[in-house]
Amino acid sequence: MLVHKKLILTEAKLFLREPAAVFFVTLLPVALLLVLGLSIPGFSKADPALGGERLVDAQFPAMMVLLSVATLALSALPATLVTYREKGVLRRMSTTPVRPGALLVAQIAISAAVAVLSTTLTLALGHLVLDMPVPRLLAGFAGVLLLGAVALFSVGLWLAAVAPSAKVVQGAGAAVLFPLLFLGGMWLPRDLMPSPLRVVSDFTPTGAFGQALRDTMGGHAPSLAHLAVLAGWALVAGIAAARMFRWQ
Amino acid sequence: MAIISVHNLRKTYGEKVAVDDVSFAVEEGEIFGIVGRNGAGKTTTVECVAGLRAPSSGVVELGAGLTDVKEQIGIQLQDCSLPDKLKVGEALELYASFYSRPADWRALLDEIGLDPRVAFAKLSGGQRQRLSVALALVGNPRVAILDELTTGLDPQARRDTWDLIERVREMGVTVLLVTHFMEEVERLCDRVAVISAGRVLAVDTPDRLIERAGGGQRIVFHTTGPVDALTALPEVTTVQRNGDEVVVTGTGDLLVAVVGALTPGQVSGLRTERTTFDDAFLALTGNAPASS
Repeated sequence: MLVHKKLILTEAKLFLREPAAVFFVTLLPVALLLVLGLSIPGFSKADPALGGERLVDAQFPAMMVLLSVATLALSALPATLVTYREKGVLRRMSTTPVRPGALLVAQIAISAAVAVLSTTLTLALGHLVLDMPVPRLLAGFAGVLLLGAVALFSVGLWLAAVAPSAKVVQGAGAAVLFPLLFLGGMWLPRDLMPSPLRVVSDFTPTGAFGQALRDTMGGHAPSLAHLAVLAGWALVAGIAAARMFRWQ
Repeated sequence: MAIISVHNLRKTYGEKVAVDDVSFAVEEGEIFGIVGRNGAGKTTTVECVAGLRAPSSGVVELGAGLTDVKEQIGIQLQDCSLPDKLKVGEALELYASFYSRPADWRALLDEIGLDPRVAFAKLSGGQRQRLSVALALVGNPRVAILDELTTGLDPQARRDTWDLIERVREMGVTVLLVTHFMEEVERLCDRVAVISAGRVLAVDTPDRLIERAGGGQRIVFHTTGPVDALTALPEVTTVQRNGDEVVVTGTGDLLVAVVGALTPGQVSGLRTERTTFDDAFLALTGNAPASS
């Protein structure tokens, strides 16, 4: 019995009791989009560097979706799991008929739900307030979101598997998250990256995910190479996590 | 009839022998103690009993009707906690949902006397242990294994926890109690296995182990009068005099015999002492320094 409804609901309640976590993964991305989109005039003007698009059309919202998913996957999820292991929460569950794997399933389910919620919030408010277009390839966008989330969550689970303590995983999460966000184009759009840097970015889960999100939001098919990079990360990190995960 | 029989249990981790050769049988309805110094192999033993670890060799045999270890054995382990913001009531309700025939968690909540709205992080050590006992019982188990339940508790919290364990037995649950507190063994356990370096040194009632260790009674008092008459009493084994202080050891109705033989008005500060389980434990395990 790996899907345990009451466990998922209880873990969801616990998630909502962490205001900082809720803020960083749901409110911060959409707030950044709205506040910066409204207050910085350049953000909502057609930009020749982006092929005539406005920054708020695809680049900016794609980065906010990336920010939300990456923070959940690389920071919130591993920190929770390692804390649970360190404090013996997983060990205590292993004494009951429900396997501790159910807790992993609950955490992933909640993270996935929060990612979908945050993305929907970003798209809906962006559309209403900033006149951001609805992703023209909606199904493609959803598929990219799923694949990218699986890839990033696999990396997060692998972090949780190898980190010896909650302190280490929090540090390691940040040390991995910020460079990956940078390579994903968070502060310097990939179009403006010097080409060697962009090649590195192409092979990171965040670079491939960010670009594929941007492509599908702008109505373009994502590049197969980026999808392959995401699938590769999902596979490699996922298998490593499954092999190395310890319950106590 | 034994509800749990352990035969020649052995558990090694590489070169390290955690449990060498342990055998004992727990009878239905009793509080069975497993006592030993830190590192004696107590926890590993009960983890094998509860199916959390596979023995390297040996057998754990479960009595009739005990078919599903996870459902029917509730276990409270050391170093286990709950998420900080999980409330007492939520924890009990959640853990109740893990079992197919759970106990009434609200009744358990009354039993441990905690406020269901308090978050785990806000509980004191004693309150956490009481919640831990309740979580071990919430599945309506036949056997509850409680590991080092009172370590780190203040005396009042320890006594409250002991009362709770006695009520658990009254509910008809067999209790397997792991401890290194000798006072706890004397107060709670019907029978006890003394474990040292992964081996069982003795299995018996605490009283009989005390008796085996020399047992008997001691009477101590102060007097200036003569005490020569005492040595002639059949109940008396030895009489030692050290200035005013006299120590008499013996068996049977020692106190009645000694008091009857003393001169009225000359005796003060009389007290009786008995060999404690502490003494018995030390006698059994030798003089190796206790690490706890």
